[in-house]
Amino acid sequence: MLRFILKRLGLALLVALTVSFISFSLLFLAGDPAIAIAGESANAKDIQAIRELYGFDRPMLVQYADWLWNALRFDFGQSYYFKLPVADLIAERLSVTMTLGVCGILFALLTAVPLGVIAAIRPNSLIDRIALFLSVAGQAMPSFWFGLILIVVFAIQLGWLPASGASSWQHFIMPTVVLGYYAMPAIMRLTRAGMLEVLSADYIRTARAKGAPEGRVLFKHALRNAIIPVVSLAAVQMGFMLGGSIVVESIFALHGAGYLAWESIGRNDLPTVQALILVFALFYIVFTFLADVLNAWLDPRMRSA
Amino acid sequence: MTALPDIAEITGPTPGQQLRKRMFGHQGFMIGAIFLALLVLVAILAPVLAPHDPYAQSLGDRMVRPVFMGGTWEHPLGTDHLGRDYLSRLIYGAQISLLIGAIAALISGLIGTTLGIAAGYFGGRVDAVVTFLINVRLAMPVVLVALAVVAILGGSLNVVIGVLGLLLWDRFAVVMRASTLQIRNREFVAAARAIGCSTPRILLSEILPNILNNLIVVVTLEMAHAILLEAALSFLGLGVQPPTPSWGLMVSEGKNMMLFEPWLVLIPGAVLFLLVLAINLMGDGLRDVTAPENRN
Repeated sequence: MLRFILKRLGLALLVALTVSFISFSLLFLAGDPAIAIAGESANAKDIQAIRELYGFDRPMLVQYADWLWNALRFDFGQSYYFKLPVADLIAERLSVTMTLGVCGILFALLTAVPLGVIAAIRPNSLIDRIALFLSVAGQAMPSFWFGLILIVVFAIQLGWLPASGASSWQHFIMPTVVLGYYAMPAIMRLTRAGMLEVLSADYIRTARAKGAPEGRVLFKHALRNAIIPVVSLAAVQMGFMLGGSIVVESIFALHGAGYLAWESIGRNDLPTVQALILVFALFYIVFTFLADVLNAWLDPRMRSA
Repeated sequence: MTALPDIAEITGPTPGQQLRKRMFGHQGFMIGAIFLALLVLVAILAPVLAPHDPYAQSLGDRMVRPVFMGGTWEHPLGTDHLGRDYLSRLIYGAQISLLIGAIAALISGLIGTTLGIAAGYFGGRVDAVVTFLINVRLAMPVVLVALAVVAILGGSLNVVIGVLGLLLWDRFAVVMRASTLQIRNREFVAAARAIGCSTPRILLSEILPNILNNLIVVVTLEMAHAILLEAALSFLGLGVQPPTPSWGLMVSEGKNMMLFEPWLVLIPGAVLFLLVLAINLMGDGLRDVTAPENRN
């Protein structure tokens, strides 16, 4: 088990390192950052001074090593736009995104797992069909459009919920639904498939044969086993969702890290964008690592992988 | 002398015939395929079908309502904030969505399939490297990276297609790797090796045709994915640029008038939803009929 964890940890670090290099390279794709900082009215001498001040005149790999060394100490440089440390900006915005992510995954799990279980217990029933419809529709639903529809119905027509902002818990209801619905179909399909498979296993037949009550068979014997892959999928989806929250945050004007990313891209604020790409990637890497470890802990067969 | 029975009577339906029968009998597949075929037709025939020039502005006819909301047949689906005919823009928008979806899926399919087959067939170090690349790709936040690259390179159709093509190859690689692993030790592959076929030939004429079914399924699903992402990028203002009639862009332009004219947002979004739904239904259906054992 320890060997497995160390191996996965090494892999995770290597992936993080590669992603950090790619996100750093974006700066070079963008052309001369000195011109971007100096503004359009600057002359050649000013630009050269900025180049030396920020160290843009050094070889790329040296700059990368420097950036990485600072990033390891949570120093992502200064935002071009706010003239503040990027790390502080992100730290300030991250709580909104994390709240949204946690609510979103909880919403997805609380709708997907019961639906998936009922659909598996009664295949081809009305509930199975509704569940299938919800998951097929969810996979095709453009999340920005879904968000706008919710705003039209619940904020404009009915006036029940606030359309934008993050000042109360009501502000998080619609974003949670939109983000959670994005993760729901995959979780529901996996729950249903897992339950169907487990329910046809020999030990379930044995449990029923010895007269265990049906509720106990379903929840103690079946669901416990079917839920293992769902937990790790949920962890992976959580990583995806934090990256996907950029769309949701922009619709509902939630000033989280996703919103900051969107604004910073529009403002050419590259240090912030680079740092955010790395932060979102790190979340995904950490969540998948936890999912792998959890899986290996619950199911020793996975440890050889 | 008795007549010899027809070959078809002895062998029964060929696998191809069986497949076609299952396809035509699959409700989801048929609904999706017919709707997609219709939209492709609409996109190709756009110059004939569109009642107006999708770029022609007419400031006197701004935000005319659709015919079912009290408008006239002059503009069946109304006009947008610049007086451009909404139906014509929707029809030309189908071209944009389908074009981006198809070419992005083609590019990512080429990258992902090459990586996946190589990893599955050669195994060992090649597999380790490809698996690592897949992990790196999955860790990159797609929307954020795509937005950043489009912002840097400028939002043209080619840039959007290129970015999506270079980002969406992960599922191809994962599925093709697994499919290749399943068949690489089968007899016909060993036989091809034994009679001295070159490795490229084995990969192209033994492996590839036998995993083609799975490849086509992933192509459809990734095409849907690319179409949704393009719409999201354009909606956020960093995809296809105005005045191009992209459905995502139309939703974004309609958003400002949403309070009084919600149909400006509802119509293009609904068409986008239906297109992606159709492609997904077709892809899911294909998976059911080509690999019933993988159904879940």
